[in-house]
Amino acid sequence: MYDFKFHSAFSVDDAAAKLAAAEDGTVMAGGQTLIPVLKQRLANPSDVVDLSGAGLSGITNNGDSVTIGAMTTHAEVAGSSDVSAALRSVAEGIGDAQVRNRGTLGGSVANNDPAADYPAALLGLGATITTNQRDIAADDFFTGLFETALNDGEIIKSVTFPNATKAAYAKFPNPASRYAMVGVFAAQAADGVRVAVTGATDCAHRGPKLEAALSANWSPDALDGVTIPADHINGDIHGSPEYRAHLVVVMAKRAVAAAG
Amino acid sequence: MVENGIGASLKRKEDNRFLTGKGNYTDDINRPGQTYAYIVRSPHAHATINSVDISAAKSAPGVVAVFVGQDLLDDAVGGLVCGASVTGKGGEVNKVPPRNVLTMDKARFVGDPIAVVIAETLAQAKDGAELVAIDYTELPSTVSTANSDADGAPQLHEECPNNVALDWELGDKAAVDAAFASAAKTAEVELVNNRMVTNAMEPRAAVGEYNSGTDDLTLYVTSQNPHVHRLVMSAFMNIAPEHKFRVVAPDVGGGFGSKIFTYNEEAICAWAAKRINRPVKWTSDRSEGFMSDAHGRDHVTKAEMAMDADGKFTGMRVTSKGNMGAYLQLFSVSIPTLFHGFLLAGQYTTPAIYLEMRCVMTNTAPVDAARGAGRPEATYLLERLVDVAAGEMGLDPAEIRRRNFIKADQMPYQTPVVQCYDSGDYHASLDMALKNADYDGFGARQAEAKGRGKLRGIGLSSYIEACGVAPSAAVGSLGVGVGLWESAQVRFNPTGGVTVFTGTHSHGQGHETAFAQLVTERLGVPVENVEVVHGDTDKGQFGMGTYGSRSLPVGGVAIANACDKIIAKGKKIAAHCLEAAEDDIEFGEGNFTVAGTDKVMNIAEVAFTAYVPHNYPEGVEPGLDEIAFFDPLNFSFPAGAHVCEVEVDPDTGTLEIVKYTAVDDFGTLVNPMIVAGQVHGGLAHGIGQALLENCVYDEDTGQLVSGSFQDYCMPRADNLPSFDVDYCPTVPIHNPLGVKGCGEAGAIAAPPAVINAIVNALGIKHLDMPATPEVVWRAAQAAS
Amino acid sequence: MATVSMTVNGQAVSGEVEGRTLLVQFLRENLNLTGTHVGCDTSQCGACVVHVNGDSMKSCTMLALQADGAEVTTIEGLAQGGEMHPMQQAFQDNHGLQCGFCTPGMVMSAIDLVAKNPNPDEATIREQLEGNICRCTGYHNIVKAVQQAAKATGG
Repeated sequence: MYDFKFHSAFSVDDAAAKLAAAEDGTVMAGGQTLIPVLKQRLANPSDVVDLSGAGLSGITNNGDSVTIGAMTTHAEVAGSSDVSAALRSVAEGIGDAQVRNRGTLGGSVANNDPAADYPAALLGLGATITTNQRDIAADDFFTGLFETALNDGEIIKSVTFPNATKAAYAKFPNPASRYAMVGVFAAQAADGVRVAVTGATDCAHRGPKLEAALSANWSPDALDGVTIPADHINGDIHGSPEYRAHLVVVMAKRAVAAAG
Repeated sequence: MVENGIGASLKRKEDNRFLTGKGNYTDDINRPGQTYAYIVRSPHAHATINSVDISAAKSAPGVVAVFVGQDLLDDAVGGLVCGASVTGKGGEVNKVPPRNVLTMDKARFVGDPIAVVIAETLAQAKDGAELVAIDYTELPSTVSTANSDADGAPQLHEECPNNVALDWELGDKAAVDAAFASAAKTAEVELVNNRMVTNAMEPRAAVGEYNSGTDDLTLYVTSQNPHVHRLVMSAFMNIAPEHKFRVVAPDVGGGFGSKIFTYNEEAICAWAAKRINRPVKWTSDRSEGFMSDAHGRDHVTKAEMAMDADGKFTGMRVTSKGNMGAYLQLFSVSIPTLFHGFLLAGQYTTPAIYLEMRCVMTNTAPVDAARGAGRPEATYLLERLVDVAAGEMGLDPAEIRRRNFIKADQMPYQTPVVQCYDSGDYHASLDMALKNADYDGFGARQAEAKGRGKLRGIGLSSYIEACGVAPSAAVGSLGVGVGLWESAQVRFNPTGGVTVFTGTHSHGQGHETAFAQLVTERLGVPVENVEVVHGDTDKGQFGMGTYGSRSLPVGGVAIANACDKIIAKGKKIAAHCLEAAEDDIEFGEGNFTVAGTDKVMNIAEVAFTAYVPHNYPEGVEPGLDEIAFFDPLNFSFPAGAHVCEVEVDPDTGTLEIVKYTAVDDFGTLVNPMIVAGQVHGGLAHGIGQALLENCVYDEDTGQLVSGSFQDYCMPRADNLPSFDVDYCPTVPIHNPLGVKGCGEAGAIAAPPAVINAIVNALGIKHLDMPATPEVVWRAAQAAS
Repeated sequence: MATVSMTVNGQAVSGEVEGRTLLVQFLRENLNLTGTHVGCDTSQCGACVVHVNGDSMKSCTMLALQADGAEVTTIEGLAQGGEMHPMQQAFQDNHGLQCGFCTPGMVMSAIDLVAKNPNPDEATIREQLEGNICRCTGYHNIVKAVQQAAKATGG
């Protein structure tokens, strides 16, 4: 790790100010991705601003939606009765117990790892990301490989998930890293059927073919015969593009079955 | 009956320190004035090194010294050695390409060490390392086991034309050809034995310390064999003479073979500590370990079996290549040859066997012994081939095994591939395993699983290993450069406590407990009064260390023999004190007794008398402290039958091991609790190889693709079932304790049991390890 | 350098650290609490697990400064009055350790596991231990140890 100056932020505004004052600063949420990156010397920030004291954790049930603070850990989400079973299962499946005790919703969303679980849930539920500058619809947020709509200095405060009639997440974990080799979140949301896929490509995305089939018939069987072309699908030593493409449909079926 | 002797599942003496954070591993050791070393490694698989500019690094903050290969040569430090000289075809001994501690001419694999930066802190050493400027000319690389000997492949060493280090053959080719010519049926399988990274949980580490006042050098190191480390570094590397060089292997966090070898970084810490006259510490990152630890296995093989009309094996032919990596490590070519070929008979009476093994050099990390070492490769190909043969014959896999087993009454049994088995009852262990696994009920379970959309399969593995390495004369004649005896010293202290020095090393095996039980059994001393000392060349006599499941079969016998010397001397002392003839003294349960009387003297009293010899026999030396060296007459031959049952999800290719049954013959069990633990761990290792673990280098770039736990899949708790472990012992004739060794059995037996189960579930002939979900899914697709 | 203060195994401690100093480095190097181990550099093996404010965490993936003001418990802090913690005792009773290197992290994770799942079945234990890698035991006896400890602590 290269050395850096460490700051604790006491509020979002304080974090933004400390970030603005830094030569090349970064915010740290749970650090479960950032610290390994720093350890490998793949990043060299001048300053690290820790958000854990910025008052960003907590879960609020709004009746027709739930708002989760950016610094809420995966373990807190997984154990919350205010959160839907589908969202709890997403949080429960991230990393391992120790990672879940530190890793946060905001960190995961801002990092946008192509194999992260939360982006699928945000897209699948049509969530809204609230930052210190604005509200951003999930559909507009995840823009590419480790890329998001966040501006420099923009910090996620919370994410609001609208309730869905039915929803579930099915994940096929990479056997080694336990990230999603393919994860599919399927929901009957307020604005219709939403299906989001993570792990398969360079960025989590909606699955229009899957949504069309499931809009017509909300049933695993509706996906029989649906195929996903392998063209833009990720391939590595754990799974070829063809295999991942196949898994997208299998996981979608399982998500629908689990959603009921 | 002695309490806590042989057969007691005594809780381990070593556990208290490990459970309370008081273990003392190499990285826990810090010496006054200590510096930190960081190794600059090649990022290229194959490259000419044009220049190494260390000037900027030398003046970086905190940097104490920067060294390159020439600096070691200037101090006459020798290169790393290969301890094997195996004679191949045409009487040609394997080539040994030279290896400098820090490579100078070329980098031959990703991670090849080129320079070392030593600084006040590790961070400063890493910062300094970034300033070492190396000018490379990249060369084409070759990593393929199958193709690195092809015409036109990039060449690693002048000494190894076509990248061949050794062309080896074993057995009677003409007899095998004749068996195939007259065979009623034949079976054939082509398979890959996947490359493994051993991954003991403790990364390698070393701390060198030099005392300029006494000219004594000390190296604390993650070693399975500190005396061998010292021997290699003294005799071949010229780092320090043995009598001025102490090597300490303190608590070592697992080895599994990978910590047998003397590595570059360890030599650097020892040498540099003297050179800069300050302690030097190096601790491997896990990522560094993936690159630089010796890897295991990596064969590509074609195996064929000839059979008569009844499915009796009449001949076996194996053609194989083994990947040696970029340099020959310590055992290297002996693993795919001697430790592999000699086990190819397995449990069967196959009368003629012929093996051709080519050892090839590639632009990858060196490959050497890893848990099982050669024997898993032999067992995997044989037990896969037997299942393929069963398919060809239309026989149940259990039945074809039974038809070909060596029978218990044929022991000792001379195989056509050197080994002479001394004991074993293969029918009995298979019968027991099938019963424990409810083999007969499998059909019903398979049908039930089918109803749930799952494919259920069952697989057998009847394995044998040769361990307890080894008879020195035998291994010496085959080209292993050392003797493989073991030593022990049993020392009574004046107040009756016993200190046992063993030349073996425990890095998880529980010697401190099991060896104490041996002494308790033999001498009748309470187990809490026995302390086992190992791992320090300054404490105790020379020893050969721990690998090849040898500690108990070889080292344990040495301890027992030293105990017998104690008893023999004690009889003289007791006879004198009890005023009886020596021949009338009997010893048992800690007491010397005059036969037929109630005159008795406890061994603790005898020990006190030996150290306070006021009333003492004439001509007997004071003291009660005996050394024994034991060189076995033969290997030991643990064997057994394992049964694996799996359920495959055909939609995704994921599978679950629903039941794993092991029946092993380890002879006498000293501590059954520890033995079961060794079996469990071996099984996890073997199941890991079968399903999860794969060390992958990119064929084009030579980069290590599976370079961390993110990509190299270690078995975790949720990948494994609980295991059903049982025993079917027979008595080995060569081993005085009746023990056989148990540390490698699971890793040897499990891979074919698992793959045979998957093959059975899918109704196919073969699939390669690791049977990842995609591999299984594709096979299921192709089969349906 | 910055000053960090925390409570470790019930004792108030403080030290000078860099921004980049990991909690595990602070424990091992500043406090000489070498029971907490480092077995990987990708936050997966779990040899470094400690409790921070009661939750198990990977001390290799946490800056020392992030633990400022925290209550930290390491393997050295479990035994009380010479008596091993029930989880430590269960590991010994069931031979849940061999080389001992993964053991401190494994025990710390297992204690948190039982705290949050007082009556865990085998599948739960196996799933919840996915953040801890052991090469020696095949996990069989670790699972048994956790089951024993769960019973002993009233699960």
